[in-house]
Amino acid sequence: MKIVVDFDLCESNAICMQIAPDIFEVRDDDFLYVLNEEPGEEDRARVDECVQRCPKQAISVQG
Amino acid sequence: MTRRSVTIVGASLAGIRAAEALRRQDFDGSITLIGDELHAPYDRPPLSKQFLAGDWGEDRLALTQPDKLDDLDLELRLGVRATSFDLASRRLGIVDLDDQGCSGRGGRGGEEFVVDGLLIATGARCRTLRGSEGLDGVFVLRSLDDSLAIRAAFDAGPTRVVVVGAGFIGAEVAATARTQGLEVTMIESLPQPLSRVLGDEMGAVCAELHREHGVDLRTGVGVEAIEGEDRVERVRLSDGSVIEADVVVVGIGVVPNTEWLEGSGLRIDNGVVCDATCLAAPGVTAAGDVARWPNQRFGEVMRVEHWDNAVSQGAHAAGRLLVGDDEAEPFVPVPWFWSDQYDRKIQMAGRIGPDDEMHVATGSLAERRFAAIYGRAGRLVGVLGFNRPRHVMRYRMLIESGTSFSDAVAAEF
Repeated sequence: MKIVVDFDLCESNAICMQIAPDIFEVRDDDFLYVLNEEPGEEDRARVDECVQRCPKQAISVQG
Repeated sequence: MTRRSVTIVGASLAGIRAAEALRRQDFDGSITLIGDELHAPYDRPPLSKQFLAGDWGEDRLALTQPDKLDDLDLELRLGVRATSFDLASRRLGIVDLDDQGCSGRGGRGGEEFVVDGLLIATGARCRTLRGSEGLDGVFVLRSLDDSLAIRAAFDAGPTRVVVVGAGFIGAEVAATARTQGLEVTMIESLPQPLSRVLGDEMGAVCAELHREHGVDLRTGVGVEAIEGEDRVERVRLSDGSVIEADVVVVGIGVVPNTEWLEGSGLRIDNGVVCDATCLAAPGVTAAGDVARWPNQRFGEVMRVEHWDNAVSQGAHAAGRLLVGDDEAEPFVPVPWFWSDQYDRKIQMAGRIGPDDEMHVATGSLAERRFAAIYGRAGRLVGVLGFNRPRHVMRYRMLIESGTSFSDAVAAEF
């Protein structure tokens, strides 16, 4: 699976970082960085939760 | 637990997320989603911000894309309002608002059907100021149509907008209006905005934010009357002052939509009263603004009006309908919300009270970029951030893991 973030939508609310800090990180510059764009299947449930809980619906998953 | 069907009353955030959760958990029975607005499920936070400012169109409010909505295989009944429920017979009464409008007195009446699983997500509605009903130019903000109406009023170039209530909705409306160059007076009866929750010191930080952006903020003063012939002309305050205004937006809180459940056999007390697992009665759950339940993490009965809670409680209440009592898990979130005002992102997690111990963990109040943490009885119970999303989420995780306040003060991120 590949994680796609629409950075025009992202407002750095950092919900994803709370659910999957090893995949998403909001840094001190207030921008979101995707640490692992292609996580393994074992992470799918957590990534799906990030997709659902993002207040801006800025995260999607391909594959 | 085999359930044949689930009826979800309320087609906003909690309702649609509940439907999605049911399908994710491989529920293959029928799902009926009932909503009293005609719009497909939409997202409310932009209604006081990007949508109100005219930067976003309606297409960007959709809570779910049309193809995903199809995948859910719902019976979606929009423009339909639930009017009654009887727990003993499990009969749900509904009325099609269109029918009611077109066929005159009382309409064709409603219809009734027996439900299996019921999830109540009817949300809340805005409080209004008595005496202002029927006066043009006076608005509340809850729905897409409310936002469209206010947007039109802003576009007409009013001389002055008065915002009643400096809570989060009022503050966002004021910020949007100022950003559009409108003259804004905001009235708050508390000594400082949000001081009941944040205390006076943090309330003053919020006040300063608005004043610096040119809002005429009046605190510690109430509204005596909103006056005008057919449309609003002035707002009379309790200190005797009078403000000429052609647009008034009232943001003084909400009341849960539970009237339709009176006499249902469910317990109603400032919301639908649930147990710790979001169950209101056998086969009946509630979620979102309308639900009140004991959050065991905080040892407190709460009703939470936040976006994030609607998402997670919607999913939890849906899952609760699919399991037996012995497998049911309590719903123990750390409440969280955000508010965007001007160039500030304000976020709060946990439960903050004005008497809590407070420590500024990073940044400073003066520059309005900080994270402040709150302790009660030696425990970390809350965090408030101004433009510090990373810290807010880190501390939220510490709240979740039951960290002591002293350990939180010592923590570094």
